[in-house]
Amino acid sequence: MSEPLKFTYPVDGDNFTSAGQASVQVKKVLRRLGLDPETIRRVSIAMYEGEINMVIHAGGGEAEVLIYEDNVQIILRDKGPGIADIEQAMQEGFSTAPDNIRSLGFGAGMGLPNMKRYTDDMRIESEVGVGTTITMRVDL
Amino acid sequence: MKISEIRDLLDAEVLCGDDLERDILSACGSDMMSDVLAYVKNQAVLLTGLVNPQVIRTAVMMDMICIVFVRSKQPSAQMIEFAEENGLTVLTTSRRMYEACGKLYAAGLKGNGEVNE
Repeated sequence: MSEPLKFTYPVDGDNFTSAGQASVQVKKVLRRLGLDPETIRRVSIAMYEGEINMVIHAGGGEAEVLIYEDNVQIILRDKGPGIADIEQAMQEGFSTAPDNIRSLGFGAGMGLPNMKRYTDDMRIESEVGVGTTITMRVDL
Repeated sequence: MKISEIRDLLDAEVLCGDDLERDILSACGSDMMSDVLAYVKNQAVLLTGLVNPQVIRTAVMMDMICIVFVRSKQPSAQMIEFAEENGLTVLTTSRRMYEACGKLYAAGLKGNGEVNE
């Protein structure tokens, strides 16, 4: 298989206002590559929710996007507190986000379920006190 | 429903976007952006009372084409600029959320849960 196109973005954990900028960039890249609009939407929404999560919960991290011939992979790595109970975190409506985040329009407990909904595969590796890596794949 | 009809029904002010003849197929009213990200379909309008850059980013991610700020909320110049760059039309109305949604619904604009892709 040929080498994927790879893009890496830092996710600034101190600034909620700028959260999502990497996803906006990725959306532009995918448009330039001529991917179909529905695929672009799925990739960018999944990544956007992930980026928001990294800012809310983990103090930021790094987002990597790999574009293969037949799929797009999004890998989000953080050194945050980790997720103690992944099954619980995956439930719609479950959230540990602070109240001030809700007043900003997030923290409804829809982030991880949305990421799963829009991707063909999602894996969460997390260790409490160490960090979380989420790998998502959208097939082309 | 055309954006110009939405403007007229809500006595809204146009903050950016010059093509008011674009067709809107469905609507979503919410202050929770993750709910918007979960359910919205094509060519939609977002009605919201939330004002921060994430509103514009959410609409861009969803390929929405119009945002209506209710209760006379005013987005910042930076937000309007970002919306304009991404081809979004932005309106603001003095109507409250319930009234604004009700007026559009009564005029025939369906919720995005009722519209098939």
